[in-house]
Amino acid sequence: MGTEKVNFDIAIIGGGVTGCSIARELSKYTIKACVIEKNTDIGEGTSKANSGIVHGGFDAEPGSLKAKLNIEGAGSMAALSKELDFPYKNNGSMVISITEDGLAVLEDLKARGEKNGVAGLEIISGNKARVLEPNLSKAVKWALHIPSSGIVCPFNLTVALGENAAENGVEFFLNTEVLGIDKPTQTVGKDESCHKNNAGFYEIRTDKANIRAKMIINAAGVYGDFIHNMVASNKEHLIARRGEYCLYDKKHGDFTERTIFQLPSKLGKGVLVTPTVHGNMMIGPNAFDIDGKEGNNTSKAGLDEIMDKARHSVEALPPRSGIITSFAGLRAHSERDDFIIENALGCDNFIDVIGIESPGLSCAPAIGPFVVEFVKKSMRLEEKPKGTWNGNRKGFTHMEEMTFEERAEIIAEDGRYGNIICRCESVSEGEIIEAINRPLGATTLDGIKRRVRGGSGRCQGGFCMPKVMEILARELNVDVSDIHKSGNESQVIFGNIRDIDGVEQSREVENENH
Amino acid sequence: MKIINRELLVIGGGPAGLAAAVGAYEEGIRDILILERDIEAGGILNQCIHNGFGLHTFKEELTGPEYAGRYIDKVNGLGIEIKTNSMVIDLKPVENDENKDSYGNLATVVSRSEGMYQIKAKAVILAMGCRERPRGALNIPGFRPAGVFSAGTAQRLVNIEGRNVGKDVVILGSGDIGLIMARRMSLEGARVHCVLELMPYSGGLKRNIVQCLEDYSIPLHLSHTVIDVKGKERVTSIVAAQVDENLQPIPGTEKEYKCDTLLLSVGLIPENEVSLSAGIEISPITNGPVVDEAMETSCRGVFACGNVLHVHDLVDYVSDEADVAGRKAAAFIRSQGEEVNTKEHARHIETLGAVRYVVPQEIHSDNLDDEQIFRFRVSKPMGRSKIVVSIGDKTVMSKNKMIMAPGEMENITFKKKWLEGTGADDKISISAFEIDKEFVI
Repeated sequence: MGTEKVNFDIAIIGGGVTGCSIARELSKYTIKACVIEKNTDIGEGTSKANSGIVHGGFDAEPGSLKAKLNIEGAGSMAALSKELDFPYKNNGSMVISITEDGLAVLEDLKARGEKNGVAGLEIISGNKARVLEPNLSKAVKWALHIPSSGIVCPFNLTVALGENAAENGVEFFLNTEVLGIDKPTQTVGKDESCHKNNAGFYEIRTDKANIRAKMIINAAGVYGDFIHNMVASNKEHLIARRGEYCLYDKKHGDFTERTIFQLPSKLGKGVLVTPTVHGNMMIGPNAFDIDGKEGNNTSKAGLDEIMDKARHSVEALPPRSGIITSFAGLRAHSERDDFIIENALGCDNFIDVIGIESPGLSCAPAIGPFVVEFVKKSMRLEEKPKGTWNGNRKGFTHMEEMTFEERAEIIAEDGRYGNIICRCESVSEGEIIEAINRPLGATTLDGIKRRVRGGSGRCQGGFCMPKVMEILARELNVDVSDIHKSGNESQVIFGNIRDIDGVEQSREVENENH
Repeated sequence: MKIINRELLVIGGGPAGLAAAVGAYEEGIRDILILERDIEAGGILNQCIHNGFGLHTFKEELTGPEYAGRYIDKVNGLGIEIKTNSMVIDLKPVENDENKDSYGNLATVVSRSEGMYQIKAKAVILAMGCRERPRGALNIPGFRPAGVFSAGTAQRLVNIEGRNVGKDVVILGSGDIGLIMARRMSLEGARVHCVLELMPYSGGLKRNIVQCLEDYSIPLHLSHTVIDVKGKERVTSIVAAQVDENLQPIPGTEKEYKCDTLLLSVGLIPENEVSLSAGIEISPITNGPVVDEAMETSCRGVFACGNVLHVHDLVDYVSDEADVAGRKAAAFIRSQGEEVNTKEHARHIETLGAVRYVVPQEIHSDNLDDEQIFRFRVSKPMGRSKIVVSIGDKTVMSKNKMIMAPGEMENITFKKKWLEGTGADDKISISAFEIDKEFVI
């Protein structure tokens, strides 16, 4: 982005799954839209660290936005996964009770679910549940079976929405942090200082060039209150509610077929045991309200807690040695206990889409269309001419899931798909290059990992990390030292250990001159 | 897909694969193919540029690349074919085998230059080595910044790629790679604050503790672990704490180290994805295949050796073991697969006392050579100890050791003649125990 001012009809602040869903929906119209994301990649916040569950929709309060959008979002996830070619599986779920008293709670959930429009709900005995899920705890007395729920790859869902939006003309400003927002002034004064505010334009001040937009959509995740409070006449407060997870080796991937929930509490749906759409097993999350918005670190107490709680759901939880990584995510919890999708108080053309905590991922396919309907109340949107919008996207090649014949065919055409870089997940050089050269392509190790799984397996990048760094450097035409794990400060290596024929030295001198 | 027939396929071109191929060649097999997934043969030795290799095999001290070079030269000199950049992604026994010429196993290979193809081999030797245990398996809490490396990854970056991975380093785990990297990072000008070890003893070789830590005044803190990793993007510090006898951190013993790098040397795991695809039985203790005296796995005609079988301390022992696997695979090929023994006749070797595991895990008495080497590790450091081999209630061997440690592999030579006069159902056992302590089976 140059230093000249850029004018947009709509600027979306936040490139998570919510922002990307809105961006894709807006890309159907002739307006000029952009996404402003402070991280180096889309989906770096809450979207990258969650359960990856497509919830049935039984949990939310009937009449709430959560309930409405959950049903709509989950209902369209399967179709969207075909349009945008990302991994989704309808694996079903169960809510279990280990007490007789819990039956009443399950019945409430069932009634609530039916009110919300969830189909196929059934309460079954512990014994019947154990026939469906043999590893279920012997203590389980009753279970609510939800056949409609599923699992999805949260990274690929976000990337798919973002890529498709980009392909259809939405501009993405990554690495761009919003520092302040000036409200539009209605009159253009003669005074020089007033020139910076074109009539009807918000002036979004960032750490790069400023961006102007007629309308702002605030999809800034845990920072949603922060952005809101820059302009609105009231104050919002979002709590960052941390959830920790442990991810198990794929050898435990079929430990359960369904997602196993415990009875929900005030803090959320409790610790679950689930397969992931990629065939790992995962447990978590707990819920802990943190100070600030950056604490996505795990704690010993938290990791112990989720293992202890998971043991209530299943009979013999695989041992700690089966865990390949643990992580934490932050939910953007609003004290209003529902999503906030509305015009910010005292600001025209400023739409908050905040407090998107669970079941936000399930809702994502529905949030885009819902918000766009909201936009239409104050901005005329004109559909692009037929044939100029393409809602389909081809997903990343995933060799490991193909038959040998299919793989052989691809490798015969392009040998780079025969050069396996990540041994654990069988990810080839061709797949990594794809992840880099797409619109909104990966520029970091984490970006590769989330798009095509290189480094996400049981050795966690031990073997492939140096090779992935080299491929990134080569494809992006930068020095290996400039390849980061994720953020700009997450430098992996500090240059070369010694000068080779003075090459390194001359480069350093060059850098100093800049 | 194209199918190629070979007599012997060796999966892996590291020290185990190279020595196995040489062993098979010396037993008369000529149609041998070694597949190596990296760009060159030599395996992990290529990044082990320190010396200390080959004292047993070559009676001299070599660096890792030199040791590998000796075997690569030998393999090349014998005209054994090595294909690099070739990775086996699947192995299956050939099914419904009525035609004797087609016995064997079918490996599926991917290669950048040759595409995807299959190799039908009369015998296969698994020599894929091992990988490092990642941070996740320890569940170390904290952030997940850049700057946390497994020690072997850091070793590769420093020694092969010539990169600087950190300036201020803490190392968790006193396995050999961790110790070697403590010295290596010091030599590159980094400050190595300490090596932390969860257990009350080191998992590495004594000589490495002396040469890599003591000589560089790097403290080794036993019974310590990392309880927090700080720094959102790059490591800024780690918090260490002492642990109690249950390996739980003791409150009040926390100490924060400002550093930019945490190296992990917390264990190696045999890499058996290919073995699993063939349905080979894996030992839960070694994490490698269960093998018999011929290093043959539960899958007929598939042999295993080196770190894919069990993690070794010295490469010399890998070479020895691989040589046996190569020779036995050759014998298998020569017999046209008509083995006299079946797995039903295998006799399991029991491990008692401090013996954590033994390889091979089972033997066929009839097929034993006059002498059979058993390799094992003990589960704890031991002072003056006894190693005892028993068959039924008869003690056939007993020897004293001054010291034994989990980090050092032990071996005994089992003599076939010991079996004379014993019953086929008599249990064979290997035990190790400290002499001054009571030992009850």
